[in-house]
Order: sequence, then structure tokens, then C-alpha cells
Amino acid sequence: MHNKNIKEIKQDLINKKYSVKELIQHFIDRIEKYDSKLNAMITFCKQEAIDQSKLITNIDTSTELHGIPLIHKDVICTKNVKTSCGSKMLDNFISPYNATIVDKMQNSGMIMLGKSNMDEFAMGSSTENSFYGVTANPWNLECVSGGSSGGSAALVAARLIPATTGTDTGGSIRQPAGFCGISGIKPTYGRVSRFGLIAYASSLDQAGPMAKSVEDLAYLLNSMAGYDPKDSTSINISVPNYLENLDKKLKGKKLGLPVKLLSDLDSSINQKIQQFIDELKKLGATIVEIDLPNAHLSVPTYYIVAPSECSSNLARFDGIRYGYRHPDPKNITEQYIKSRGYGFGDEVKRRIMLGTYTLSAGYYDAYYLKAQKIRRIIREDYQKAFENVDAVILPTTPTTAFKIGEKIDDPLSMYLSDIYTVGINLAGLPALSLPVGFINELPIGAQIIGKHFAEDTILNIGHQYQLVTDWHKKIPEEFN
Amino acid sequence: MQWESVIGLEVHTQLKTKSKLFSGSPTEYGAMPNTQASIIDLGMPGVLPVLNQKVVEMAIQFGLAVSAKINNRSIFARKNYFYPDLPKGYQISQHDIPIVGTGYLEIENNGAIKKIGITRAHLEEDAGKSIHDLYDNCSAIDLNRAGTPLLEIVSEPDMRSSQEAIIYLKKLHRIVTYLDICDGNLQEGSFRVDANVSIRPVGDTELGTRTELKNINSFKFIEQAIKYEIQRQIKILESNGKVIQETRLYDPVKNETKAMRSKEEAHDYRYFPDPDLLPLEIDKKLLQKCQKNMPELPHDKLERFIKEYKLSKYDASVLTTEKTLADYFENVSNLTSAKSKTVANWIITEFLSYLNKDSVDVTNAPIKAEMLAKLINKIEDKTINGKIAKTVFEKMWNSGKEADAIIKEENLIQLNDDKKLLEIINNILVEHNDKVQDYKNGKIKLFSFFVGQVMKESKGKANPSQVNKLLQGILENS
Repeated sequence: MHNKNIKEIKQDLINKKYSVKELIQHFIDRIEKYDSKLNAMITFCKQEAIDQSKLITNIDTSTELHGIPLIHKDVICTKNVKTSCGSKMLDNFISPYNATIVDKMQNSGMIMLGKSNMDEFAMGSSTENSFYGVTANPWNLECVSGGSSGGSAALVAARLIPATTGTDTGGSIRQPAGFCGISGIKPTYGRVSRFGLIAYASSLDQAGPMAKSVEDLAYLLNSMAGYDPKDSTSINISVPNYLENLDKKLKGKKLGLPVKLLSDLDSSINQKIQQFIDELKKLGATIVEIDLPNAHLSVPTYYIVAPSECSSNLARFDGIRYGYRHPDPKNITEQYIKSRGYGFGDEVKRRIMLGTYTLSAGYYDAYYLKAQKIRRIIREDYQKAFENVDAVILPTTPTTAFKIGEKIDDPLSMYLSDIYTVGINLAGLPALSLPVGFINELPIGAQIIGKHFAEDTILNIGHQYQLVTDWHKKIPEEFN
Repeated sequence: MQWESVIGLEVHTQLKTKSKLFSGSPTEYGAMPNTQASIIDLGMPGVLPVLNQKVVEMAIQFGLAVSAKINNRSIFARKNYFYPDLPKGYQISQHDIPIVGTGYLEIENNGAIKKIGITRAHLEEDAGKSIHDLYDNCSAIDLNRAGTPLLEIVSEPDMRSSQEAIIYLKKLHRIVTYLDICDGNLQEGSFRVDANVSIRPVGDTELGTRTELKNINSFKFIEQAIKYEIQRQIKILESNGKVIQETRLYDPVKNETKAMRSKEEAHDYRYFPDPDLLPLEIDKKLLQKCQKNMPELPHDKLERFIKEYKLSKYDASVLTTEKTLADYFENVSNLTSAKSKTVANWIITEFLSYLNKDSVDVTNAPIKAEMLAKLINKIEDKTINGKIAKTVFEKMWNSGKEADAIIKEENLIQLNDDKKLLEIINNILVEHNDKVQDYKNGKIKLFSFFVGQVMKESKGKANPSQVNKLLQGILENS
């Protein structure tokens, strides 16, 4: 059951090979058996899921996802369910409302089994920053699963659930997808509602699905995408059916390759990217060399824009209306200092301080404003490149999953693991990460980046690739 | 030394919308604490603001009313600071580019017209309220007000006296209430005034160090506070001291200002564009719509009153000082056949003096427009005379009863019957036979004495014009 894709499960349910109840029970059993190795879950909604599954006796064939189990990243608000954001600050927070995407996926008939582990407030690249402990990589339990959506990636990779959600501010869907050998897509900024996503950096945050295959992503994105009047930054344009374009042949597709960017890439990874490109060529695509002259500015720009916004977004966590409150403050100032001082972890505090600095009087122009200008230039670079190509290919990460503890005391080197992903958030573009091979038994991912709102194009390319390769079908030994 | 005072004003007007600036919660005043706060107003994790379009139209109309530049693209910014009644830890406001740019207001002081510059007007959300005296060792927070829309109107430092400041404020108050974008209630905080006050030697062009007087809740107190502050600063400078730039609170009981916080403690608000909100774009269509829907402004109403109701400029200007009063006048006029001048007189001499005497405003007056119209109609149809009507008015004011009921209860119906009137007149003339002789000998001033006696005898109910006619007939023909 757990190796099947969404389409197959759906067919089995229609053919009554097993019931929704049995399906849910199967994944509950797997989570109970294996999650102790991974620590990928924060909250397990076992009973609620069983109760819900019992109610489904007839499968609605018109709803693609009816009965399919799902786990949400714990940054996404779920009504009456703890939504901790991986933080001590919200360890006691039960959300009074559902995020729009939670409602949407529920309306599609999906059954939520729980909430997945993550870097605190989605800040990190390894899930080591979680208040609930690190999530291990299913391919090598000594390695990180990536971050910040590490729990969601590990759960899918270990086949403990067919679908998860993630959020991606600088690579938080794609990087863990790459590290865990699964597929994940960050949609165009504005494509999926942010209402109910606990904001890290509002101008960059975007939620997206994570699953075993690109085809599964198309099913899930069909449910998640669309304008939301509750989110002023979501865009009111029609959403295509992402399944419709999947089967198009790649003949005539032009793919851009920023060759200069790949020159420093580790040779073993470079080799995998070349093999990926060769496969796409065989499918009929042509490769065009492109230049993204300011790509090297992405990481510094990101680490000004994102912390600036985060310093303001996280101001609401003051221990007054909800969340952690220090038990014995002497006065209001001390209540703020102690609640926030003890409630937040180191990385969150680091970014709040960075952002407070870059927005402060006298530094605003030199940092925040400058970063905004460079952000525009980075966006324009992509726009220029897209005049000649349908999609751009990049690696997802400069390395495979690193060891737990290896980078935790070196934030700068941790930040550099986002080098291929953050620019895409700055430009607001959609990007897919999918597995393209293994190095030393650890998966490696590649990105397909599309034009604004061209999720259908990149899903099509990814799916065509997965039709002729089987990297996405590999299962970590221990979890088979 | 001769000193000149320099005053600039910041006015927070609470916009009269049904729902808040960025959430659908109601804005009504006086509800149970925290019953008008949604997850958005509470700053729950993950919630997002959505702009109330109505607010944009109100701000545009204000801008048009003060001949201001309307920015076709303005930006919402976050003003970051920690305060327990500020749920998000930032206030959404406008910083670099406000919706309303520079404009002006003309004020009239002792016959002279002066232009007061308006620097800008921007939209922002209000904070909640902290209540410190409800529980021991504990503060309470009410977030009903959190997210209520405000339009902050900032003037240039163009005023030179507390009097000018008050004239400007009253004019501004008239505009926002005429536009119906603010209920103008100073007491409830719908029209909050902060005054920036400094002084300099007459002839100097550079500004002196200013102090900011905060949240004063009546025009009278604003005037007193500014006056006091000017004198305080003069005293300091004349004794070679230095004015400190600070925020000061006015104490109306002691009539003095006290330091609240100095500039050294001022926050760095770390303003930056709110990434949750798109730039606010205003297109021509919306501008035209706002222009088309502009309510009548004070000046236009004044002109119309003169033309349409044939009122004197004085009467028209008194009646248009407040929109509610002008509406009252028009309502009464529409409900009675009396001349507009009659209606105007009733309102200006009676209604306004009762309002002042009891310090109530038009909307809370015990005599509603329909009631006054009915009273005036009773004079028109000769049920009562004008003098009795004034008594009836007083009784209506005190009891809230209709004119009809009072006239009946007190038996005040006018005496219009010639036969009965003649009876009274004849009795009076007989009684005062000597005076009748004096009258006939040329003391014609005694005529009003006879009228008065008749009125007295009829307990004021005699129809005065009939009495005049009948009396004249008798005296001249006998």
C-alpha cells in the first residue's frame, strides 16, 4: 500500500481492494512502528483519523484525493490541534482556526494523521532547530533530513504517509525533498494562500505539497492552489488542472542551464546533474546556456530580507494572549524579555536580532532597502533568462545530507546550503525538486524552475523524467 | 521680548465604518470587552490583514475636501513596538507614502482669512486598551478597539495662537462630520488631538524646540492646554532655561501640563513596508466615484441655505456650524408650512439656547425635528400663539412630550372667537375707563397696555393679531 502513488491508491479504493479505514490503519501502523527512528512527528492525530476514516464508506470518484492520508507541517494552523511551529513558544498553542489550505485539503476528502516536525518557526536547513529534537534522514539516520520541512520530507521518504505539506521561504520544501529523495514543489508566490501559515518572512513564504512523485504533487497542488480573499498577496487568476499537462512530450522544450553557477559544484553532484540533463535531452528537450549574473547575491540578500520580516512577524509572540509565558516576571518588560528569551531557540533569536538591526534607524537604507533593490535585480535576471527558455535547471543543494551536528555551530555554512534555492524565493518563481540519483547511498535532488504561475510546465517536465527513471521509486532499506 | 507661538496639530479621526481596517469585526463603541475582536484583531499566529475598501473611499473624500493631492499609490508600513494592547507587536500604518498628500484648510479669524497647510493624512489601525485599575496587581486588556480605522491628519506648524488652533480644529471637525466619515465625538476618542507647541522671538524664522501635548478631549481643554504651554515655555526661555523636546499631558483639573516622556526615550519604530499588503493603488475610476459621491461641504451648504431658504448669511452660517444642526433645520423645514425664517428663528433663539444651557448636542436633544415642526404648525394653524408656543417648547424640552399633549393637558388652545374676545376687551375698557380717556387725548402708547391686559385676562391664550384688530376697531369708533 505504502509504495503506491496517489492514483494507484485511489484506484484500489474505488475497486474496494481495501477500505479507507484499512488504508489509514496501515499508515498509522507504519508511523507507530517507524517514527521512533526518525522523530518526524510532533502531533499524532491517530484517533481523529480513525474516526474520520470510519465515516467514509463510499469513495467519491469525482474528488481526486478522497480518503488519502496526509500530514501537515506544524507551521500550518489546524483547528483544535496543537500547532507548535517546532517551538517551545507555541508548545501549548491549540489553533482556534484552520489555515485555508487545511480547509481545502479537508474539503478534497484528505484525512490528516498529524503534524510534522520542523525547524523552529521554519528557520533552518536541518530540522535541528526544533524544540522537539532533530528529524533523522531515512536514508542514513546519522544524517539530517534537511529543513525546515524535514519532518514532512522524512515521512514521505520512509513511506510513512503518501503526502505531506511543507512551506518554503528559502528552500524549506526543496532542500529536505532533495536530502530525502522525494519530490516537492514550491509554487509561485501568490499561487497558494498563506492564510494560516505562521509567518516567517511574509514576502517569501509559500506552502506546497511534498510526495513520492511529481504526479502526486500535481494531484495535491490541484487541491491547494487558488486565490484566497483572506490573503491579500494571493493572486486572483484561474488555476489550471495540473494533471492535464503531465503527459505532454518534451520535444521542443527549451531548458536553461546557468553554467557559471555550476562551476564550483562538487564534481560528483555535477555528474548527477549532467545525467539528469542528458535524460531530459533524450526526451526531446534542448539545453540553452543562460546567465544569472547576480545569483551570488542571493544568499546575502535573503539573509537581510527574511530576518527583517521575521523580526516583525515574531513580535506577536509576547506571552500575553497565547503561547509561552514566563511564570514570574517582575514587570511587563521582564515578561517580554523572559517569555521571548526562554520561549525562542537560538536560531530564531539570531534572526530576530539580525532583522531588528537591519531595520533600525540608520541601517535601514544600507541593508533593508539595498536588499530590496538587489532582490529586484535578481528577479529581472530570471525574467530575462525566461525570454529564451521554458524552464531553468539547477541543483537543489550543493551537497547531499550532512551529518547531524555537523553544521549546527556554524550558521554561515548552514546558510550556504541554501545557495541554489533562496534566489527563487526572492524572484517569487515556482520550483520543483526531484530526486536524480544517489551519492554514497544518499539521494541528490535537482530543481526545475518555471516562469511565474507556470507550475504546469515544471510538473510536466518532472513527470516525463520520472516516467523514464526510477530514482523516485527507491525506498530506504530500513523502512521497506 | 515679544514671543510668537508656533502650533502644529495632529488629529486622529476614527473613521465611521461598520467593520475594522483589516478585519470584519464590528467597530461599535461600548461593547463588552473583547467581544469585538476576531482572530485577526487578536494577532493570532498565521492570520493576515485584508484592507477595508470603504476606508479608502473615506480617506479620498477627506483629501478632496481639503484640496489635497491623492497619491495614486500609497504604502502600508509596519510601526514596530511592544505594548500589551498592541496584539501583533506592530501597528499597520502608512509612513513614506500616505494616501493623502499636501492640502490646506482656510480659516477665518476676526474677518481675516488664513491658509493652514495640511502636510498629510494617512490610514492606520488603532491599538486596544489597557485597563490598570480594574484588578489588584494585574492589568486587563480590551482589544475591541484594536484594528479600528483611523485617519491621522497632520497640519503644518502654521498656527500662531491657541485661538487659531481651535478655529482650525473646529473647521476640521466640521469637515469630517459633514463628510460623515467620523462621528466627531471628542469624549469617546473619535477625534483625538495632539498639539505640537513651540515659541520663538517675533521675527525669527527658525522653529523653537517643541513639546507635544497628547490626547486632550475637548476644544476648551485644548485651548487651555496650548495657552498654558505657551506661557510655560515663555517663562522657561525668559529665565534663560531650555525647553526640552518631550511629550506632555494636560491636566484639566489643575490646568497645567506635565512631562510624560522625553525624546531620549523615543522608540525606533523600524518602519518597513508591510509585506502582507499590496501597495494601495487608486485609479481614476475610484477617484471619480468618490468625487461624485462627495457629501455637501459646509461652505456649499451655507450658500444653498441662503439661496434655497432665503436666509440671511448670519442665520445660514449659524445653522451650518454643525451638520447635525443643518440637518435638523432641513428636517423641520420639510415638515412645516411655516416660512424658513420662522423655522430658523425657532432653532437659533430657542433650540440653540436650550442646547447650550443643558450642554447637549443636537442628536441627543429631547425635542426631535418632527416635534418642533409639529409645534410650529400649531402656531401656523392658529391653535396656539407664538408666546404660548415658547411655554410649550419649554415644557416639551423638560418632559420630552409632544406639543399636542401639552396643549391639551394645560388647556392652552388659542382664543380665536371674536365674541369671547370682545367680551374680555369690553370688560378691560370699562375697568380702565380713565386710561381710555387718556388714550383718546393722544396717549396712543397706551394701546399696548390694553393689549397686555387682554392677554393677561385670557391667560395668554388670546389671538394677539385678532385682539389688535378688535381693540383698534372699538377705540377708534367710540
